[in-house]
Amino acid sequence: MIARAKLTLPDGNRDHIQGSLDAPIALVEYGDYECPFCGEVYLVVKAIQRALGNRLCFAFRHFPLTNVHPHAEHAAEAAEAAGAQGRFWEMHDMLFENQDALDDESLAQYAAALGLDEVRLIREVLAGAYAGRVREDFMSGVRGGVNGTPTLFINGERYDGARGLEPFLAALTRPEAL
Amino acid sequence: MPTETRYNDMYSRSRRSALPADTAAPDFALRSTPDQWLTLGELLGQPVVLAFYPADWSPVCGDQMTLYNEILPEFQNLGAELVGISVDGAWCHAAFARDRKLHFPLLADFEPKGAVARQYGVYRDGDGVSERALFVIDANGTVHWSYVSPLGVNPGAAGILSALEGLQSKNEAK
Repeated sequence: MIARAKLTLPDGNRDHIQGSLDAPIALVEYGDYECPFCGEVYLVVKAIQRALGNRLCFAFRHFPLTNVHPHAEHAAEAAEAAGAQGRFWEMHDMLFENQDALDDESLAQYAAALGLDEVRLIREVLAGAYAGRVREDFMSGVRGGVNGTPTLFINGERYDGARGLEPFLAALTRPEAL
Repeated sequence: MPTETRYNDMYSRSRRSALPADTAAPDFALRSTPDQWLTLGELLGQPVVLAFYPADWSPVCGDQMTLYNEILPEFQNLGAELVGISVDGAWCHAAFARDRKLHFPLLADFEPKGAVARQYGVYRDGDGVSERALFVIDANGTVHWSYVSPLGVNPGAAGILSALEGLQSKNEAK
């Protein structure tokens, strides 16, 4: 169980994190930029972040289901490539807000819109520069008990409940209340 | 979980007990496509993962098979062969596999219905479908690990990977 919790808690050495690692509530999402359910959860997570403020630490890890979502892998790698230029979360938001246009050309456009070096970004994506990193996220999820997208872990425990704002927020604040 | 609730409304909750570790895995011959058959005997010589699931197209099954499809390279790294098994017919499997772009065989436990699931202890009489059950069978045809998940819960792949690794270290110790 300890091994699983380690896998499913935010890791300051490698994860993309919003909030402080010292925050009492840790939320890890394994997600796919082309998955419509992840698109719904994206908005819920935003609302949760507003509601919980600095009590929440949120980490996002890639879990692209590449056979059913042909653009998910490059989208994940584009987020990493944007991260290499210091703008992971801006690209993350851009991708979830444009789930229906995730082809390579669109990825380059989003990079340009964010003021990134889009030539470098698309070159890195096409070269698979971050493919290994994305696969690492994916396999950590498989080991940790991810069984589809999105899978969410609250303080290391998989959350299988409803993903609407109210039940999700209730589940997030429960451990803190204890 | 909404999906789980739907399954609970649809099917009885009692779970069947799967053939346990160290029992011989019954051989079978099932259609893998409308004109091809696959036997357990043909697959052996390497570890085999049998993933029984209730039905093509139902939401959790789709996720489960889609997930295994993505993890196929890891199963292959561990030298294992994966097959999915349900009571759906070969044409249904073909359409489902095409839609989800599955790269592993789906076997039709169709006639006599559920006969193989029965032999493995995971057929749900009355419901007419198999349990969501996993078996890791060693290269010689002995069950190394088995697990029955609640019907509405996708068991993921962590258990399969641990079982395959356990099998590998057992073989290395020999």
